[in-house]
Amino acid sequence: MKRIFLLAAITCIPLSSQADDAAKTIAMQGNKQGATACMACHGADGGGTAAAGFPRLAGLNDAYIARQLKDFRSGKRSNPLMQPIAKALSDTEVQLVAAYYAALPVPAATPEGGDPALLRKGEAIATKGDWNHEIPACFQCHGPDGKGIEPSFPAIAGQSAAYISSQISAWKSGTRANDPVGLMKSVANKLSADQVKAVSAFLANQPLTNGNQK
Amino acid sequence: MKHIIATLMALVVIAMSGMTAAASKTVVPAQVKAKAPVFTPPSEDDIPNNEFGQIIRQGKNIFEDTQHYAKQYVGNGMNCVNCHLASGRKADSSPLWGAYVRYPAYRAKNNKVNTYEERIQGCFKFSMNGKAPAADSPEMVALVTYSYWMATGAPVGAQLKGAGYPELPKPGIAPDAARGKSVYTESCQICHGANGEGKKVDGKSVFPPLWGSEAFNWGAGMHRVNTAAAFIKANMPLAKGGTLTEQEAWDVATFVMSHERPQDPRFKGDVAQTKKEYHDENCKYGETVDGKVLGGNH
Repeated sequence: MKRIFLLAAITCIPLSSQADDAAKTIAMQGNKQGATACMACHGADGGGTAAAGFPRLAGLNDAYIARQLKDFRSGKRSNPLMQPIAKALSDTEVQLVAAYYAALPVPAATPEGGDPALLRKGEAIATKGDWNHEIPACFQCHGPDGKGIEPSFPAIAGQSAAYISSQISAWKSGTRANDPVGLMKSVANKLSADQVKAVSAFLANQPLTNGNQK
Repeated sequence: MKHIIATLMALVVIAMSGMTAAASKTVVPAQVKAKAPVFTPPSEDDIPNNEFGQIIRQGKNIFEDTQHYAKQYVGNGMNCVNCHLASGRKADSSPLWGAYVRYPAYRAKNNKVNTYEERIQGCFKFSMNGKAPAADSPEMVALVTYSYWMATGAPVGAQLKGAGYPELPKPGIAPDAARGKSVYTESCQICHGANGEGKKVDGKSVFPPLWGSEAFNWGAGMHRVNTAAAFIKANMPLAKGGTLTEQEAWDVATFVMSHERPQDPRFKGDVAQTKKEYHDENCKYGETVDGKVLGGNH
């Protein structure tokens, strides 16, 4: 019995570093099965491409990332770029890349800045909500300072304004329909265009933090 | 003229009887709600920048993060805002502005007229499973000041629209914990956890516990199934109030209240006696669930 444990211990060590290498290869080069390199859009450090609205992945929690990839496959989350890539990843590869990005250090990023009045308006929505319209504070579910609450509520602080506003539009239109209990659909439907603009600007102006909350 | 006076007097009598009847009720009957005047609390930006405003803000801080700002009085993982959403300003979530103008009031719970301070002391003793701050303590002064400010312009004694939790009609079929469990798993568990434990991040409560040692105790108003069902129907899941059916609200409230929680502070050693004195209706205290007597496991 002892020997079995020993054997398991020995095989586990190289396995985990192999896994890491395999995940890094997918991230940097793709999997040669149709999944292109993640870094092409999400950056070599997993920091995303703000202008294009490609989100940061580094430091998001792994359960959240894995679920998004599976939802891209099933079509619960629809996106012409991500769906074919997700479909080309095996279940194992999904787990590997999710763990890989979750473990990456959160990259330093320059807050996007913006009109102070707009940022203040966004801050009010993020921290207090707008209960006259049944809109809760973003941070009530996405955690203090928008750092995320694992496993279901991702970090949103420091994601680009382009990404945040595109996701709110996707919840509204239904192209993204993978929100637990329909929580985001309900919030997105109540946000006005001005509020979306303000809250996206505010969140993009927040320092990046590690979303992999334990 | 006589006719007008008679009508006026009748109206006054009706208004007054309405006041007495609902004076201390957390759950507000629909017929009272229908006639209630609408009230809008002042905006947070209107808190004055002076000594008075400082205490309002202190009260708001205590209300939002009771764990930190009034920790010596708290014996569980709850904050005031867990039952009174949106910093105590949301209608149909027992807003402070609705409560403040209704005190002093007679409460059957302790069979006497309670001041607003005594009412808040009850919250600390039961909902916060802690000890009551003295009426003249800085914490109580701040909470009363915050409530007073929130009720700025509201008529004294008025039963305002949105005060308390809107009463839920009795369900079509008897509430059932097993059905409630499915509702819970589907709609509540994502925040409140598989064991009703809520969630903490960096040691700070982000989703409140619903049962277990960190939740409100068996003396808190929320442990009553009708009160919880009313709260849930109007407010849960967060910002999706009204989406559960009435039956689902009753069922899930029954499920949540069929779990153990901290003992009723009025307990004197005998569950059956405590049940008889304080838990005769709308309550699972003293009942046997999965072979264990609720309230008996302390």
